[in-house]
Amino acid sequence: MLRYLPLAFKNSLRNRRRTALTISSIAVSLCLLGVLIAIYHALYYSEATPGQALRLVVRHRVSLAQAFPSAYEAKIRRIPGVKAVSVQNWFGGTYKDQQPVNFFARFGVDPAEFLKTRVQMEMPEDQRKAFVAERTACIVSRDLAERLHFHLGDRITLDGDIYPVKLELIVRGIFDDPDARDSLFFNMEYLRELLPVGRRNLDSTAVVLAESTDEVPRIAKAIDDMFANANPPTKTESEQQFALSFVSFLGNIKLFLISICAAVTFTILLVSGNTMAMSVRERIKEVGVLKTLGFTNQLILNIIIAEAITIALFGGVIGLLFAEVLTAGLSKAAELYMPQLHGLTIQPATALIALSIAAFIGFVSSFVPAWNAARTNILDSLRFSG
Amino acid sequence: MAIPISYNIRNLIVRKTTTLMTAAGIAITVAVLLTVLGLVAGLTTAFKTSGDPLHVLVLRKGGNAELTSLLTQEQFQIVKNFPGIAKDAHGQPLASLEVVSIINLAQPGNPDGSNVTLRGLSQAGIAMRHLKLAAGRWFLPGHREVVVGKAIAEKYAAAQLGKQLRFGKGYWTVVGVMDGGSSAFNSEVWADGPEVAADFNRPTTYSSALLQATDEIAAAALPNALQSDRRLNVTVLSEQQYYDAQTVSAAPIKFLGLFCCIIMGVGSCFAAMNTMYAAVARRAREIGTLRVLGFTRKSILFSFFVESLLLSLVGGALACLATFPLNHVNAALGNFVTFSETDFHFRIGPAVMLTGLLVSLLLGALGGLLPAWQAGKKEILSALREI
Repeated sequence: MLRYLPLAFKNSLRNRRRTALTISSIAVSLCLLGVLIAIYHALYYSEATPGQALRLVVRHRVSLAQAFPSAYEAKIRRIPGVKAVSVQNWFGGTYKDQQPVNFFARFGVDPAEFLKTRVQMEMPEDQRKAFVAERTACIVSRDLAERLHFHLGDRITLDGDIYPVKLELIVRGIFDDPDARDSLFFNMEYLRELLPVGRRNLDSTAVVLAESTDEVPRIAKAIDDMFANANPPTKTESEQQFALSFVSFLGNIKLFLISICAAVTFTILLVSGNTMAMSVRERIKEVGVLKTLGFTNQLILNIIIAEAITIALFGGVIGLLFAEVLTAGLSKAAELYMPQLHGLTIQPATALIALSIAAFIGFVSSFVPAWNAARTNILDSLRFSG
Repeated sequence: MAIPISYNIRNLIVRKTTTLMTAAGIAITVAVLLTVLGLVAGLTTAFKTSGDPLHVLVLRKGGNAELTSLLTQEQFQIVKNFPGIAKDAHGQPLASLEVVSIINLAQPGNPDGSNVTLRGLSQAGIAMRHLKLAAGRWFLPGHREVVVGKAIAEKYAAAQLGKQLRFGKGYWTVVGVMDGGSSAFNSEVWADGPEVAADFNRPTTYSSALLQATDEIAAAALPNALQSDRRLNVTVLSEQQYYDAQTVSAAPIKFLGLFCCIIMGVGSCFAAMNTMYAAVARRAREIGTLRVLGFTRKSILFSFFVESLLLSLVGGALACLATFPLNHVNAALGNFVTFSETDFHFRIGPAVMLTGLLVSLLLGALGGLLPAWQAGKKEILSALREI
């Protein structure tokens, strides 16, 4: 079979414009398919980082916007296997203005406990000490510091919206942490002081660090069971699931991605099928000649299918190259809203899936025309005129 | 002289497999576009019809969501006596102090349940919104009774007339189902304001106040008057502004959908081009004949261009037909203003369909221009000699 590959290749060049158009069409569609599969992979199949795998997030069962009593923290701490518990609160608010570039996560935390739960955080010892000791201190991630030009000692003013206060913070640390790329953390005690007495309950999520990853499911269940009949009950999930719940809140992204992928695949199938039908029709006479020369039906079928697969794969490779460029751009644009998309690229597995789809499409689209051509008897095909 | 369109139509029919396959390719692209636009239009309608031009919403200073807003009884006493607020038949101001929270309702197949907005309001609040009851009656003040939106009643087994919902500090009886038309109120649960406030431990601190202005001029003046009152310290928006802001929740889906549409559009453009080039090549002799008969280059170019447009129009029409049934489909989307889900219908109406048809024509035009150009350029003799 292999020695007929040059023939299949030559055949694909007989109408260069058509082949070029087909390849472009397949390339464009597979580029999209590649991007979508990459997004799907990043959202639903990415591995948890070592830190994420150890952490659980506890929240009010109904929603993030509601706080749970601060007494919960002490109870969670007593569950065996729990290494540290850090209560966090989403501050919201505005930094400078409403521009998206000035948007980042701002959390109030209990500094000492918080630092214990961030197993992968890298920050110099003196900065850690300053964060714990100083009430108005805050720490920012390196990405954020670079984007908004924060330096140690800078003052940051946050205008509250959920809380009617203005926070005057001083940058005391810049950290590296793969799980918190776009965040600012400050001392929750400082916020508490500024609020009227009735509103000082700020515990909206608790981050729990487990002693080992094996303990994680058991701890999650233990926490939820403990508060099952309390008011309010809690919901505990791994940090990864917790992040994903934000994505699912924006709509059924999973269904959306799968249906678009299906639509794209079907479109390429149509395009490719159409072209192969046209190109086979054109050369029925030629098939007759090949048959007179002694080519078997099977061989002719194979050669035509090989040609279609070659074209589809070629389109697929070009499409994936474009997809690689596109994912880089997309991850930059969407990272702020979906941190899961950070560093989105076409993984080898994604490329393999996309190329298999391309090959499959080449095969399916050419099978019917090729089968018909191969079965036409010699006399009819020689007599055939376009 | 122009070549009659029936010539193009017959040509498309003769090559029906190719025509259909190319048209189907365009149809899928346009169908994706229609679905995304229909979703956005549906969500926008749900929020647009929730806001009344005469209604004014009072929130805590800097507040942008009822859920996180705070308004006390004392503030409300000042607010409700402002000039420009309409009065009911008994001379009472049409102003409603409301408490808004979220509750979680379980669904079969979704054990975690979905979040639903709970609104505690007064009788004035009900009267101002002019909603009809689909079944049952309104809740009575001082009773632990709720009225659920139609979408809620359809979705949750527990939210049926006569049954009980569990939230806050106990059980609440469902006494009515309200029909919010296509507004976001269909996805809300309503109950008596003071009862809800007591259950959620906020007897004096409610969330927001809704006012009905006497006329449009008063509606425009009220926000300024209220905001400049130093005793109040509030932010005031028209109800329409408030709901407009929530349509942002469709932005990620819209972005992703349009991104896919554009790429798929480029792909189907290439496909249409391929089909049209094949048509031109196959009909070389026909083109020669037409030229011999006296048709000009221009009319041949035009004829092939029209054929490409027709081809894509078939695709656009197929897409409209295929997505039309979506109009009866319900979807729910959460947003970070209310932290709960809003139910809405897809809305693939005339405007959306027209956009779809125009986009399909655009694809046909881009795909057909070059092949038609080539058809017009052919020399008579060489065209006649081509096989």
